[in-house]
Amino acid sequence: MFKKLAIGAAFALALAPAASFAAGGGEQHIEDFSFSFEGPFGTWDKNQLQRGLQVYTEVCAACHGLKYVPLRTLEDLGYSEEEVIAYAAGNFEVFDPELDDFRPAIPTDHFPANDGVGAPDLSLMAKARAGFHGPYGLGINQFFKGMGGAEYIASLLDGYTGHEKEEAGTVLYENTAFPGGWISMAPPLAEDQVEFTDGHPATVEAMSEDIAAFLMWTAEPKMMERKYSGFVGVIFLSLLSVLLYLVNKRLWAAVKGKKTA
Amino acid sequence: MSGIPHDHYEPKTNGEKWLNSRLPIVGLIYDTIMIPTPKNLNWWWIWGIVLAFCLALQIVTGIVLVMHYTPHVDLAFASIEHIMRNVNGGYMLRYLHMNGASLFFVAVYIHIFRGLFYGSYKAPREITWIVGMLIYLMMMGTAFMGYVLPWGQMSFWGATVITGLFGAIPFVGEAIQTWLLGGPAVDNATLNRFFSLHYLLPFVIAALVIVHIWAFHTTGNNNPTGVDVRRGSKAEAEKDTLPFWPYFVIKDLFALAVILVVFWAVVGFMPNYLGHPDNYIEANPLVTPAHIVPEWYFLPFYAILRAFTGEVWVVQFASFITGGIVDAKFFGVIAMFGAILAMALAPWLDTSSVRSGKYRPMFKWWFYLLVIDFFALMWLGAMPAEEPYATFSLIASAYWFAYFFVILPILGVIEKPLAQPETIEEDFNAHYGKADADATPAE
Repeated sequence: MFKKLAIGAAFALALAPAASFAAGGGEQHIEDFSFSFEGPFGTWDKNQLQRGLQVYTEVCAACHGLKYVPLRTLEDLGYSEEEVIAYAAGNFEVFDPELDDFRPAIPTDHFPANDGVGAPDLSLMAKARAGFHGPYGLGINQFFKGMGGAEYIASLLDGYTGHEKEEAGTVLYENTAFPGGWISMAPPLAEDQVEFTDGHPATVEAMSEDIAAFLMWTAEPKMMERKYSGFVGVIFLSLLSVLLYLVNKRLWAAVKGKKTA
Repeated sequence: MSGIPHDHYEPKTNGEKWLNSRLPIVGLIYDTIMIPTPKNLNWWWIWGIVLAFCLALQIVTGIVLVMHYTPHVDLAFASIEHIMRNVNGGYMLRYLHMNGASLFFVAVYIHIFRGLFYGSYKAPREITWIVGMLIYLMMMGTAFMGYVLPWGQMSFWGATVITGLFGAIPFVGEAIQTWLLGGPAVDNATLNRFFSLHYLLPFVIAALVIVHIWAFHTTGNNNPTGVDVRRGSKAEAEKDTLPFWPYFVIKDLFALAVILVVFWAVVGFMPNYLGHPDNYIEANPLVTPAHIVPEWYFLPFYAILRAFTGEVWVVQFASFITGGIVDAKFFGVIAMFGAILAMALAPWLDTSSVRSGKYRPMFKWWFYLLVIDFFALMWLGAMPAEEPYATFSLIASAYWFAYFFVILPILGVIEKPLAQPETIEEDFNAHYGKADADATPAE
């Protein structure tokens, strides 16, 4: 038994660096934020997702797109159909090839792509970056809490030191979470930049967490359904295992006889 | 039928006789699932069923995924997101398929190392072993091409690096690489042909699996003692064996269910753990990722590929005697494929007449070292190509080859094996005690 456990452990350790190596080098510091959706039992905090959407709409959307996210799926954040229709029409215009012109967005459209200033699309950002992959690069944190892309995003937005430098005509801003330490995105968030309707304080740290949670949702909108499928499967297969164990034991009992040695 | 003597199917009703005289398919199925199986098989023998399950899982989920996937460089990445967001249960289909590949390789590696320890590759099971190695090679090809299909950054750059290996072949390499890619670089033609082959190869694997099973059903299974089943008469064989159905089917299904609990937890709660974040960025030929790391199951051989740099004297020697035709890059490619070939040659490199490692006091330790070596190579494959990893990789690669080409041939000559049990029955009774004389095996 011990041998099997040891082999299992060795396997887990051997696999860990493969996944964790992803984060890349540098003196990156990723803060270990605690999000409501982490772990097998974690769920979305819909108020937080709504605040995150507000930050995205008022701040991030100026440069970043969310091209893989259909606007209709915003109903998953707790909005009514009418609210989504109003949000889409009020905030985004999309190009309609039939009209050969722009028109206000409707829920069946996606969030528009936005490559005006070369900023990356954010739809999948929370899965395209690794978070805290320790301790000692073993990936154990990720084993329990997921890849941690949301942690990376929150750390990045909250990680500006205030220093800047100019390099080849581009202004770079020092950031403790960005690989290499210098990022070309100016600090996007400032205290009280957004006024939350639920009265939540709009500090940079709070807004960073809200937008990170929202982007986790855009990257993995079916996370709760997936975990639910996970539970159903694990419980069902555990029961099946118990039944098969009993069948197997009974089947072999006649053959095995009593141990006499 | 050759093999271990046992009862065969006898058609009883007129309908059965009618069918049997035209197509003896019922008899074939009966003989296959009722095959006498050594009754002392331990839990290391369950991975064959797991592998069969994985193949079925991958084919079923894969066929459904193809219904929603678009193999085009501009649309592939978006079609994956379509599966993840819009297709009913699409996120589960895709995560099952993604992690199913990992389960497949976990199972195949344990299955291979079980064969290496218990001497399952030795006569008369060489063909089973060789066919198994072919299946493993095809699995690697299929997994590699499947990883390219989502058209993420790692897909693209992985494809670029791996097809680049063929470019290392002297004289014809570049032409071969262009032919494989369908152009000068990884592009739409590459994606399309990989998609086509990714769909085809699993069925080739399925056919080889049938040959694999056919071969070991002819020779009979190996078992933890390595001692042959007695075949003098049916009565004698029955003392050593039990029919596959129901004894081993139920045992294997129990093990499969336990493994699937873990697998399902991974899929449900941490489906991206074994993946790489860069593959959620759409492929961009203009941006090279900081580190191009293959999937975990390729890492041991990737480490061997990278271990032989131009500074290693063996490489310099090879380059010298071939007049520079074999350079460091090509040497690495030879080493990587050679590492797999070494495994395939095990039946002829191992000179010991004793099959099971249980009765080989020296072999045992070298084998355990090989297992550690395998994990070490896996870890090293994920590390950057710099010191001290480069030196470690070289030592670990050297041991891999030494095990097959030096240790296995020598051990068979110098080692004094321990006494093996006379029969499988004796081994079984030593473990579980003798069954009551009047107890009859269940149906």
